[in-house]
Amino acid sequence: MDLIEQYGPMLLRGFGVTVLCWILGTIFGMALGLVIALVQRYAPRPVRWLIQVYIEVIRGTPFLVQLFVLYYGGPLVGLRLDALPAGLLGLTIYGSPYFAEIFRSGFRAVPHGQIEAARAIGMAEPAIIRRILLPLGLVSALPALVNFSIILTKETVILSIITVPELMYQVSRMSTETFRYVEANLVLALFFWLLVETISRLGRRFERRITQHLIERT
Amino acid sequence: MFSIPVFLESFQPLFWAARYTLLISVLGIGLGLVIGTLVCAARLSPYPALRAFGGLWVSFLRGVPLLVQLLVFYYSLPVIGIDIPATAAAVICVGVCASAYISEIWRGAIAALPRGQTEAATAIGMTPRDTWIRVILPQAFTLSLPALVNELILLVKASSLVSVVGILEITRASQAQAATTFRPLEVYIAAACIYLAINLCLAALGRYLEHRTAV
Repeated sequence: MDLIEQYGPMLLRGFGVTVLCWILGTIFGMALGLVIALVQRYAPRPVRWLIQVYIEVIRGTPFLVQLFVLYYGGPLVGLRLDALPAGLLGLTIYGSPYFAEIFRSGFRAVPHGQIEAARAIGMAEPAIIRRILLPLGLVSALPALVNFSIILTKETVILSIITVPELMYQVSRMSTETFRYVEANLVLALFFWLLVETISRLGRRFERRITQHLIERT
Repeated sequence: MFSIPVFLESFQPLFWAARYTLLISVLGIGLGLVIGTLVCAARLSPYPALRAFGGLWVSFLRGVPLLVQLLVFYYSLPVIGIDIPATAAAVICVGVCASAYISEIWRGAIAALPRGQTEAATAIGMTPRDTWIRVILPQAFTLSLPALVNELILLVKASSLVSVVGILEITRASQAQAATTFRPLEVYIAAACIYLAINLCLAALGRYLEHRTAV
């Protein structure tokens, strides 16, 4: 009980940072991923190649190593960031290629006839993106988007290694002070299990709500 | 600034450490295959208790971050009186975590087989056991090969986390190297290059298998 009193606020703050990292990382990563997917659709070939290289590099290397390059290697080229901004930037960069691929396959699922029809009635390309490609593509990308944002929740614990004060970091601090490594980590594991299960349940409900019109029609 | 000689020099100790990365990933996926097959069998079995256990196994291991699993496992071992080398503990942990994903891969592959296969096997009088061993499993294995290679790529990346419990694989070696040379940028980029090289090779293997199995 003393433990809760003593470490409760610290853990709560850590949880706040975890949620913050997760939400901001998801939003920024999705935004960057969307930009990448759109650029890949419309940009000239050399740009597309460059982006493909970026995607391969980020997807082929561990998140932890990316964080190390950013946080410890960054200052050598003048990129001096605190742990939290570095972690957020890292999450954004790490998530962006996965989100980009999800958006890309979402866009590919938009029937080509829809886009041709829009062109035929004289819609401009930006309007086609805004009114046809995005709304239709996003709906088919939704399950995968929800899925990947859940995966990102689990990646946030890796930020503790570069000393972002999120939940895992606070738990390790508490366990080194109290020597209760097993209990602390076990509780953390159970907590994450509950969190991920809850989020994925909610995600599935949300998904069903958004895609309901597709099911009713068939 | 970025120094090419430092960058090139940092490869040597990392190559040595890459063996551990490969060892942990390959043994991890091997163990994951064994446990994953059992878990998948439990999930498809007619006994509700086994099915529930399999379901819990998969949901727990997929819901908890690998880093947390590693620490739980690593710190609990001495408490329950088991003394094994850190590398073995890492392999077990990575393998157990992979088993959850592999059992889902298996389940997907088995579900993707046309029902007619089972029906045909039953029609020509094969026992359920023979049907599984000679008809379903071989085909499911071929179907799931690309996904398994994908899982191996994930494991290579995930194995960077075992550096936290002190195993000298690529990431840990690069940390040590960065600490002695004070050139973290070059060293960590070199580490990233090695991971990338391993994973690009594996991805090529995956594409080859996919190409071959997609008849």
